[in-house]
Amino acid sequence: MRLLEYQGKTLFAQAGIPTPPGHVASTVEEAVAIMRAYPAPSVVKAQVLIGGRGKAGGIKFCSNADDVVEPAKAILGMRIANAQNPEGEIAHRIWIEQRVDIAKELYLSIAVDRASKRPIIMASAMGGMDVEEVAEKHPEAIARYRIDPAMGYSSFVGRRVAREAKLPKEIWNQFASLLGKLYEVFFSAGAMLVEINPLAITKDGKLIASDAKVELDDNGLIRRPELASWKTEAETDPLKERAIKAGLGENNYVQLDGDVGIIGNGAGLVMGTLDAVKQAGGNPANFLDIGGGAQAALMREAVNIVTSNPKVKSLFINIFGGITRGDEVAKGLIQALASGGWSKDKLVIRLTGTNEKEGRALLAASGITSVETMNEGARKAVALAK
Amino acid sequence: MSIYLDKTSKVIVQGITGREGLYHANRMRAYGTDLVGGVTPGKGGQTVEGFAVFDGVAEARDKTGADVSVIFVPPPFAADAVLEAADAGIRLVICITEGIPVHDMIRALAVIGPKTRVIGPNCPGVITPGAALAGIMPGHVFKPGKVGLISRSGTATYEIVDHLTRNGIGQSTCVGIGGDPIIGTVFVDCLEAFEKDPGTDAVVIVGEIGGSDEEDAADLIERRGFTKPAVAFIGGRSAPKGKRMGHAGAIISGNSGTPESKLAAFARVKVPVADSPSDIPSLVQKALA
Repeated sequence: MRLLEYQGKTLFAQAGIPTPPGHVASTVEEAVAIMRAYPAPSVVKAQVLIGGRGKAGGIKFCSNADDVVEPAKAILGMRIANAQNPEGEIAHRIWIEQRVDIAKELYLSIAVDRASKRPIIMASAMGGMDVEEVAEKHPEAIARYRIDPAMGYSSFVGRRVAREAKLPKEIWNQFASLLGKLYEVFFSAGAMLVEINPLAITKDGKLIASDAKVELDDNGLIRRPELASWKTEAETDPLKERAIKAGLGENNYVQLDGDVGIIGNGAGLVMGTLDAVKQAGGNPANFLDIGGGAQAALMREAVNIVTSNPKVKSLFINIFGGITRGDEVAKGLIQALASGGWSKDKLVIRLTGTNEKEGRALLAASGITSVETMNEGARKAVALAK
Repeated sequence: MSIYLDKTSKVIVQGITGREGLYHANRMRAYGTDLVGGVTPGKGGQTVEGFAVFDGVAEARDKTGADVSVIFVPPPFAADAVLEAADAGIRLVICITEGIPVHDMIRALAVIGPKTRVIGPNCPGVITPGAALAGIMPGHVFKPGKVGLISRSGTATYEIVDHLTRNGIGQSTCVGIGGDPIIGTVFVDCLEAFEKDPGTDAVVIVGEIGGSDEEDAADLIERRGFTKPAVAFIGGRSAPKGKRMGHAGAIISGNSGTPESKLAAFARVKVPVADSPSDIPSLVQKALA
């Protein structure tokens, strides 16, 4: 789960990391009230997860209650898109914060490093730009330190990173203290990533977090249930919510943009199924993993979820039963078809593994034949979508 | 021959009185695994379906001689269960549980010493066909033989093993390493074990998008840490960037974890990558010829 800037800054501020004073608004009236209470040169920032909001016009300036009206009107409801995500994201909120006089911009983050199984600290004196670009063009400009979680954070780590990142000597101690607080946020919130870009040095030599990018571990929310309620529009999808309501996990349904609906059991098999559909010249409409041991009711709801996507033209069900039983899958599918949500003419099923005989017999009684292999099923499903 | 698990392994189940734990304990026993009991705190002294239940792992180990534990404990308590097993000196700890907080695993793995190997979490376990099953794999699709298999996914494994078995290619040991971003055992660990196993002639590597486990495996092969024939499959090659495909660890973030990088790594060390699971048997036959 990714947090919006103002949510990330709330976590930062709670841990004692300096952030510019600011407030969130979701209407023009709220924005006016904020500026009336705190009249000062301020920045109005669209609260979206997508990158490139500045270029898209999602960052504007104001200094009092009158001149906040135009920027607030312009940004609230604005659709912000970029090259990777042309559909974009709507700004439902703005964050109004006091302007900071910036002398220099740094970069700082802590992320989960999979290979070392440790948190990795990354810092650079080249802040305010895309860190992947910096890593590519100036790899020497980024200092990295993998921290031993059994040791935890200690100030020497901050001093070492500051020195290796060639940060100005005057801020080393401030930096080491701020990094300790960021490490606290990283662990206590169960984050996969906490990033401050830019981490600003003000004209009077103070460090302040000008931006906040936080990604939480969905599984870690059981330790911080209050953060689960911070989930915003950009992180929710109606069909995914339905899948969760049906008892599936956070990652079991993924919306894609093709027209072949996909249902399978197990993440690896479903990924393989998407690849097979793509290889057969088609485009998957979704990823749906019914998990292990699904009962008929779950299968029925899975069919209903996938086929309620108006883009779906054919449905490919690929089941390799281990714990999942073929007869349960068949029952659920037949129930879904009987309720009229989908036609068996636009359906391909490959049913194999545990109780495949029973399942195939049930399907045959409803006039449905299971294909033998995943590749054959993929080809047929792609042909049906044409 | 095999790695990690064989006929002599004595296995316990942590969470044996739970629905999943008991169901799979029965399946493991039916497969022939020496399942010597289980643990559920507070339910020690009972016997469920013929399995002796203990309050803690140390006690279970003392009374049964167990050296392997399979964990079916719910996510909030699973890392504690892993630590308890390691603390009791269990040699092989297999964590099936899906949904464990990443930071729980980071902390647990940081303090577990070299005497204990952790496999998973969010994995289907380990099977040495014809000898023992410690996990949730459907035993009937496997067949004893000389090809090892390591995989980040359960069902992709079953699909591939089914193709192998139907083509007469048996398996020495199959290890499901798990679909989470932070896992105890990675491809490199398994390849090093297979290198030393005289019962394994070749290995199938079933990878997927996300992380750099496949690249690390290719690096090991390049520096001759693994010298037997290997073939690979990579799931999620059609997945868009930034979307988590079922497994918490199956995500392309920025420029890392892409299928292109994994394909290039395997191409560099001449490990053929199958476009489809059904191509694996012929690639294995070619590699062994």
